[in-house]
Amino acid sequence: MGTTESSIVDAARGRPGLLLVAFLGGLLLVDLAAKLAGLSLGPIGGAISADRFGSNLWNGVVIGLVIGLAGIGLSMTYSILSFANFSHGDLLSTGAFTGWGVAFLIAGFGDIPVRSLLTVRDAGGATAGDIGAHILSTPVAILVGLLAAFAITAAVALALDRAFYKPMRDRDGISILIASIGAALIVRYAIQFVYGSDRRGVTASLDASNLAFAPLGLSVNAHELTIVVAALGLMLAMHFMLQRTKLGTAMRAMADNKDLALVTGIPAERVVTATWIIGGGLAGASGYLYVLLRGTIQFDFGWLLLLLIFAAVILGGIGSVYGAIAGGLVIGIVFTTSTIWIPSDFNEAAAFAVMITMLLLRPEGLFGGVSTA
Amino acid sequence: MSDDSARSSETEAPESATAALIDAARRSDLGLVLGTLLAVYLVAALLTFTDGLNSVVGLMRTLTFLGLVYALAALALNLQWGYAGLFNIGVAGFMALGVYTMGIVVRSPDPAFGPPGFGLPLPVGIVAGMLVAAVVGLLAALPALRLKADYLAIVTLGISEIIRLILQSSAFDNFLRETIGAGTGGGSGMGMPRNPVRDLFLVDGQAGTPTALGDLVFGTVGESGLGIANTILIDWAYIAVLAGFVIGFFVLLERLGRSPFGRTLKAIREDELVADSLGKNVDLIKIKVFVIGCALMGLAGILWFGSQGNVSPTPQFMPVLTFYVFIAVIIGGSGSNAGAVLGGIVFATVLFEGPRRVGASLRDVIDAETPPSFADALVTLDPTAFLAFATDNIAPLQFVFLGLILVFIMHRRPDGILGDRIETAAAVDLSERPSGGETDE
Repeated sequence: MGTTESSIVDAARGRPGLLLVAFLGGLLLVDLAAKLAGLSLGPIGGAISADRFGSNLWNGVVIGLVIGLAGIGLSMTYSILSFANFSHGDLLSTGAFTGWGVAFLIAGFGDIPVRSLLTVRDAGGATAGDIGAHILSTPVAILVGLLAAFAITAAVALALDRAFYKPMRDRDGISILIASIGAALIVRYAIQFVYGSDRRGVTASLDASNLAFAPLGLSVNAHELTIVVAALGLMLAMHFMLQRTKLGTAMRAMADNKDLALVTGIPAERVVTATWIIGGGLAGASGYLYVLLRGTIQFDFGWLLLLLIFAAVILGGIGSVYGAIAGGLVIGIVFTTSTIWIPSDFNEAAAFAVMITMLLLRPEGLFGGVSTA
Repeated sequence: MSDDSARSSETEAPESATAALIDAARRSDLGLVLGTLLAVYLVAALLTFTDGLNSVVGLMRTLTFLGLVYALAALALNLQWGYAGLFNIGVAGFMALGVYTMGIVVRSPDPAFGPPGFGLPLPVGIVAGMLVAAVVGLLAALPALRLKADYLAIVTLGISEIIRLILQSSAFDNFLRETIGAGTGGGSGMGMPRNPVRDLFLVDGQAGTPTALGDLVFGTVGESGLGIANTILIDWAYIAVLAGFVIGFFVLLERLGRSPFGRTLKAIREDELVADSLGKNVDLIKIKVFVIGCALMGLAGILWFGSQGNVSPTPQFMPVLTFYVFIAVIIGGSGSNAGAVLGGIVFATVLFEGPRRVGASLRDVIDAETPPSFADALVTLDPTAFLAFATDNIAPLQFVFLGLILVFIMHRRPDGILGDRIETAAAVDLSERPSGGETDE
């Protein structure tokens, strides 16, 4: 006992920052408990209903899963290609616009001009209600849209790689990072040119789309449930791919030690291709799901999400797929529950602050910098 | 590089006077910058000469202003990135800090005119703005510099977004008003104090009451003389001030770069480990240069946005502003101060303003109605309608073009136009060995 205690004290002395963060985190937890219990002791406590806290937590999990799904691709490109891909956010937008175009085409075919459907209501005067895309009324359209988002974004990511990144394979990470900023500009503004710049509604609203979970005091939207199922399904598929297939083993080997992997005879370019297909596809799928969650779409929403995705990936330890998922959940929950303590103007800033704190105290991330394992 | 060309041109006589002029311009960085400006003016004059002298001078004013402010920001970034290899992509945030602090310090305490301030003189505000940018830079640098370059990039981007979101927040505005009695104005921003250059020409800055100098200038070339709008003339006077600051930044950075401190910086950029093992305090030097760079970014922000009447966080200080400045530095060549100035001018005129002006001119020529959307333009199957749509929506195409330029430069010319990554760190020229001396063999 004595030895463990003294080692804890020593560790705390060695890491004053960690101690401070742990203290602040503990304070927030005590405060939360006091708030939930309805107690109030000076500045601590207050009143917050368990319902509100529950719905905050649930919203955080939903957003977190979407961010985590997007983070997988970012983490993979970082660990296998060794650069921070700033065009990743715009791959989310690519998936969202193309995927919803396909979903609209199926949901509204016949009644509404095709150009209006494929451009996600940029052309023509159809409203989101006319098209009526909703998981309960047009489940096939939503599912096919998700698949299309995955496939088209994978193709776009691969094309970007062939055109921009492949000639730079042997360059340093910062040079490729700058090129990826260029690629981000190209993709984002090509989307604006084709799909227009205004924010618009996408999903139709349906009566009785909320399923109430009475015991938890939660009201869960059918779209939220779809997102959770789809995101978890994709993450599980990713897990089995990484652990059980030859490709997954090769990817983990490349991420772990590139030179060793090359010496062993792993076909590097084929692994890189697979990385872009899977990472890009997951980015597209998560962008599609994010629009399903928010119900609106805008050409630069993926770019605005990018920093949150980076925060998630860094939190989990950049390069680790499981870390990205865990980091996404943490960031999502911080994003929604921080409104208990601070004005909602700052919830995004709180997520970035968590990321920066993590980088300063434990740059290797929650999972200790394990690459893609 | 420049020495070589200088030597070769001394031996070969130039063919003509113009060739000699071009040769001289190529030899000196100043000549290159001025030559670029002249070329830009020529194109601007060609684009607008049909609309009269006022439009020509007005367009030149806009282009020069943008070129100079981008040059200022690019110089500040060049100190951090070009000299020390610190990949700071939070430029927009530090500029916002500078200009907002200046605004808060200088604005009138009377809340009747928007967010209240402290009502102190302008120079105090400028110094305070630089100080706040420097202090936040210090706080960011202390821990962040231990990180790898790409982590530093993400952290600085995060900081710049946190700054923007805080300035945007009305809760923070109220908090400031209650605690220190000054406000940021939240999302609607704040008006900037009057430009002192305006007071040189107008009594109390009021239009219609010119000073003696104002009378003289307005009477000769202004509205009562050659017919150039008085506001454009006042802007030109401010541009002269900006040019002074660009020269000041340039001289400061050049001196810094040639000092022992600057040589250590370049050594760190090229190989941190070697610099460290030679006994240089790498961390301290990095922190110093980061703080100086942030203070200069704050000053650049003040000179740029402080002169624009009103600042607000969201359209003006988005991360894309940082990338513009980066593109300017990359075009010029990171590590070269002359390159940063040139890159700023080329970016602002050719890449930023150019496509918009050319697109607008083209649109006037095309005789077709603009289709309401891309899909509508496509289904007409009419190239003219499509061209009308494209020229009317030139802004997104321009960004696509910028992205292509960025990728192209990274592929083909990673050192930019004037990049001098390879340079002598020694104070004496080592490439020229005295002939007849001892040899190693």
